[in-house]
Amino acid sequence: MRFQGRIYVFGADVNTDEIIPARYLTTSDPAALARHCMEDARPGFVSGLVPGSIMVAGANFGCGSSREHAPIAIKAAGISCVVADSFARIFFRNAINTGLPIVESPGIAAAVTEGETMEVDLDEGVLVLSSGRRVKIPPFPPFMRGIIEEGGWMAYLVRRHGAPA
Amino acid sequence: MGMTMTEKVLAARAGMASVKPGDFLEVEPDLALANDITAPLAIAEFRRAGGRRVRYPERVYLVADHFTPNKDIESAEQAKILRDFSREHSGIHFYEQGEVGVEHALLPEIGAIVPGMLVIGADSHTCTYGALGAFSTGMGSTDIAGFLLTGKAWLRVPATFRVVFTGTRRPWITGKDLILALIGRISVSGANYMALEISGPVVEGLSVEGRLTMANMAIEAGAKNGIFPPDGKVTSYLAGRTDRRGEYVVPDADASYAKTVEIDVTGLQPQVAFPHLPENTRPAREAGDMRIDQVVIGSCTNGRIEDLRLAAEVLRGRRVAKGVRCIVIPATPKVYRQALHEGLFDVFLDAGAVISAPTCGPCLGGHMGILAGGERCVSTTNRNFVGRMGARTSEVYLASPAVAAASAVTGRITDPAQVVGEKEEGGVV
Repeated sequence: MRFQGRIYVFGADVNTDEIIPARYLTTSDPAALARHCMEDARPGFVSGLVPGSIMVAGANFGCGSSREHAPIAIKAAGISCVVADSFARIFFRNAINTGLPIVESPGIAAAVTEGETMEVDLDEGVLVLSSGRRVKIPPFPPFMRGIIEEGGWMAYLVRRHGAPA
Repeated sequence: MGMTMTEKVLAARAGMASVKPGDFLEVEPDLALANDITAPLAIAEFRRAGGRRVRYPERVYLVADHFTPNKDIESAEQAKILRDFSREHSGIHFYEQGEVGVEHALLPEIGAIVPGMLVIGADSHTCTYGALGAFSTGMGSTDIAGFLLTGKAWLRVPATFRVVFTGTRRPWITGKDLILALIGRISVSGANYMALEISGPVVEGLSVEGRLTMANMAIEAGAKNGIFPPDGKVTSYLAGRTDRRGEYVVPDADASYAKTVEIDVTGLQPQVAFPHLPENTRPAREAGDMRIDQVVIGSCTNGRIEDLRLAAEVLRGRRVAKGVRCIVIPATPKVYRQALHEGLFDVFLDAGAVISAPTCGPCLGGHMGILAGGERCVSTTNRNFVGRMGARTSEVYLASPAVAAASAVTGRITDPAQVVGEKEEGGVV
């Protein structure tokens, strides 16, 4: 998988309440959730968002609630990939499970500037910054790669344990 | 080499002699829960994968607690999805209306959790049950969908961060103050991906309810789970609640820890976490002249009977300050009835507080006490993120029920000793 796009840069400890405020969780419709993506972190974020853009953030991205609505909202808003210094663990597994591409790259938030472009090459395992600088991406452990390659946890389970009775 | 408590529970439940941090496990959890926000997504995923039969319906707990009593048409539709699914799949435990409480207060109370269990939940505060010596962790809706379909879940064995609380607890210092002090020390990501194993003489002296409050907020330090070695207090707590047999697991003496922190609580003052992260802690006494608009006493963190007793101890014979709205939310119907029988409702009503039906409600900005722009709330809940309880410019200050009640009386953030005076002995909640 390969993505290229404009980057939007956020700070550290961005929590799931900022990604999708709970007041909108009376639905799990991706399009409805996408309209309010990052609303409390940056009001108006989704208006003018170019599809395919890349979200960059500091450490502990996605901390807080277990709501899977957060990666769903990000994906449905048109973000192709999230690159962060580190992720909170529930957000990390939700992204793996639901197929939102994420990349952990310590120090990335400080190395880039809002509005630049970035290329994320998951096959080669490298980020290419606007400056041309190449940053290696550590590979996922084989177990997680298995889930990602199957297209998410449900597909992985069905493949491994057979179609439901 | 020895194992930590979390490693021992996971090894036992995975049927392995030993596990080590970083190992990936496919396990069959003993219990899985989801609520009216997360279950609809799990049910939709289950159906999308072609699911018709739930693998272990008797292990599934669906708790309609977040936006209930239904706050609007959409939330009513979500609760209905849980109700209908539970009817379709006999054996599922479904809780609503007169039976429902805030999930993480309800499940321990009804005896659904015993030591040594492996519990997953589509709610980040599922880590609460570690107070009873279970391995219990929050996941997402798709994880629960996978469990509905196959009875399985995946886990990466976490490294363990050991925290030992020592010293002497001063009066008014509760489990909430201890966990806030810990998060203030190690930060909101200090235990990211790790198990927090909490022990020491101070937590041995805490009630099970006080430990539930602490384990509840393990996630606020980024932890996968919080876990306490179960003791006689856990046995007493479970007596009369359950027929389930627990496995009382304790860490090996030669277990290997990624980190160890000792916190001496001697001299620790009642804590408050300032906006907008739970790590922004400071003593309530040092809050400055911080005027408030609202106080919330409740939630999976602090809505149990001991919490309400503590709040009532401060509010008895006093009035909520003019201009402050004080909302008391007993976490379960049983807590509600107990508080009523003990006369606590009279104390709250005499003080000018209102009492709500059990619900998560305002904690996550759902209903029953939403903040307007610029308003400040002292709350016994667990998160003070931007916009958590309402308007984006509102502010939440996290504290114990004692600090919350004292603040309600004065109308500003206040140490309970400044309202009630020093207690003679340490050791409430």
